[in-house]
Amino acid sequence: MSDQIKTGTGVLAALVAAISSTRVRVIDLTQTLSPEFPQISLPPEMGQCWPFRIEEVSRYDERGPGWYWNNFSCGEHTGTHFDAPIHWISGRNLANNSVDTVPVAHFVAPVVVIDCHEQVAQDPDYLLTVEDILAFEAEHGRVPAGAWLFMRTDWSKRRDPAAYQNYDETGQHTPGPSAEAVRFMVQERDVLGFGSEAIGTDAGQGFHLRPPYPCHYLMHGTGRYGLQCLCNLDLLPPTGAVILSAPLKIQNGSGSPLRVLALVEDGQ
Amino acid sequence: MSMPMMRPKRKNPILRTRVMNLPPSARGRVALGLTAAAAEGRLMLQVCERCASVQYPPREACAGCLSPKLRWRNQTGEGELLAVTILRHSNDLYFRERMPWRIGMVKLDAGPTLIVHLHGDVGEAPERVRVGARLDRSGQAVLVGFPAQELPHMADDPVLRDMTSDPKFRKILITDGKSPVGQAVAHAMVKAGADIVWVGVAEPWKKPPGWDALLALPQVTAVPLDVTDSKSVQTLGGELGGKVDIVISNAEVHRPYGIASRPGTDAARDEMEVNYFGLLRLSQAFGGALKARAADGPASATAWVNLLSIYALSNFPPHGTFSASKAAALSLAQCLRAEMRQAGIRVINLFPGPIDDEWNQTMPPPKLAPAALASAMVKALRDGVEDVYPGEVAQEWLERWREDPKILERELALGGAHA
Repeated sequence: MSDQIKTGTGVLAALVAAISSTRVRVIDLTQTLSPEFPQISLPPEMGQCWPFRIEEVSRYDERGPGWYWNNFSCGEHTGTHFDAPIHWISGRNLANNSVDTVPVAHFVAPVVVIDCHEQVAQDPDYLLTVEDILAFEAEHGRVPAGAWLFMRTDWSKRRDPAAYQNYDETGQHTPGPSAEAVRFMVQERDVLGFGSEAIGTDAGQGFHLRPPYPCHYLMHGTGRYGLQCLCNLDLLPPTGAVILSAPLKIQNGSGSPLRVLALVEDGQ
Repeated sequence: MSMPMMRPKRKNPILRTRVMNLPPSARGRVALGLTAAAAEGRLMLQVCERCASVQYPPREACAGCLSPKLRWRNQTGEGELLAVTILRHSNDLYFRERMPWRIGMVKLDAGPTLIVHLHGDVGEAPERVRVGARLDRSGQAVLVGFPAQELPHMADDPVLRDMTSDPKFRKILITDGKSPVGQAVAHAMVKAGADIVWVGVAEPWKKPPGWDALLALPQVTAVPLDVTDSKSVQTLGGELGGKVDIVISNAEVHRPYGIASRPGTDAARDEMEVNYFGLLRLSQAFGGALKARAADGPASATAWVNLLSIYALSNFPPHGTFSASKAAALSLAQCLRAEMRQAGIRVINLFPGPIDDEWNQTMPPPKLAPAALASAMVKALRDGVEDVYPGEVAQEWLERWREDPKILERELALGGAHA
């Protein structure tokens, strides 16, 4: 009988040991893919992203006596999902701009989490400002290059789809970043991307900002990414967590539903 | 005069739910001509092209001159009641459960003498009557003698109510309560005396005009239902299937595109997903429960209504993918009808022309108002017909389609839908 495989003594071994002892916790930032979870709605004459749908193939029955499985369908931008630069017209000519060509190292990256949930409780149209970022930095230090910037709003706690979408006659009212904040994140801090709890990275009224949908336009135009429909951001520390966010490897894909995980070390 | 029907008592839950025994349904091929006309609410009889005699029962050749040249022609049904008798015994299960049963002999002004079921408002012979054709619970044509003049509460007569699907005191599911048609149908069903109107809600974050006013009606209850979502349909089927008496399948997607005017398949797929697969999902989730309650007292399960389109008969190229989805839905509706008929549930198909809604903005009038479509739906349920072509455009298309489907196809290809 051979000896048991030796655990190394390097960084990975330490990480595995820390996860197993829960000194590093793994936190799920993903909404469950279900038919009830709302999908983005464009004006009805436009092309639409498919909602998540699921059909049974068999369930230990005459269609397949010993097994249970389903077929599902959805769009690239259904549920908790990743936006690649090719998603937006501003990023269409960049290199490695689709989910199958994005450098895989970007799928493991640090995150800073800016807490805006009190502002959003007062104003669902709240826009993250440059001042918010600077105030965060005064307390926690400068946002490092190559990190995700997540905006915590607690929007994901709105379990009722109508409250989550928050439509009225003038459209959707959900939080997001201001155009100036996006420019700052891109030009001054070189972030990897922006993450949001609402249905898009841009605010519900983002079409009326300059440029329209600034987070999509400016982030993707400079090769950065988006994550949206995130949840559990209230369980993350302001700094120090690491995000695992690998989308499906869809050929020339503009995005993909995915499982977003955070690694959080005790004491953070 | 018929007594107005009173609200039926609640069902006694310890008794076995009555099983539907259908009336005799065997008909020869020739006799189906009577059924085809009755399915549209018309009385037609064979008229000999040689000697002009009107004959009944239907035959292969004229009983007077033996000519085989017989044409089905509309009849007024006016005539004289010659005699009345009351059946007090029958070996047929359907009639046995409904004894006593009045039948009469009527001599039509047009010639033939008929044996007919009698509406309760018809008195003793001799009396002027009007004979109409109705579909019985087996879906076959039968003849009914009505009083010469319309009287109040005629629809409440037990013989007639059993053959038709009056919304009064019934529980109705409208699969899309938000669309203009869905809202109009809900209002019409409430006005027609429905007990409960459940209106399906997909995409709960969207609130169309009129929605709050509809939900303010005490009979109306919103229920989550998205016909593209099997889980949603199955869940509602489980919750309401055993209570619904009439399913109105009105959820539809309509996009004004042909093949070349819209790249890709997304809009066409949405149409098929709702208009065709939605109907399939609903049929699987609600069909069985409806069939099980087809004889469940005076407010039994009774009907299934499909909102199709006149474009189901022949493709209207400017709305070509919508036409294709409605043609698919028509075919499935025929399958549903064949399966439901064996249980005594009527399947009613409506074939409107352009409806006056947001997807027909560029269509010239005449367009069918949602309220007019809703009225046609109520009338179809009350009359117990199977196929309805409401509005001028639908009537014109139907006539041209019957005359020659090939000519209609060519006319439509030239864009002459309503030329």
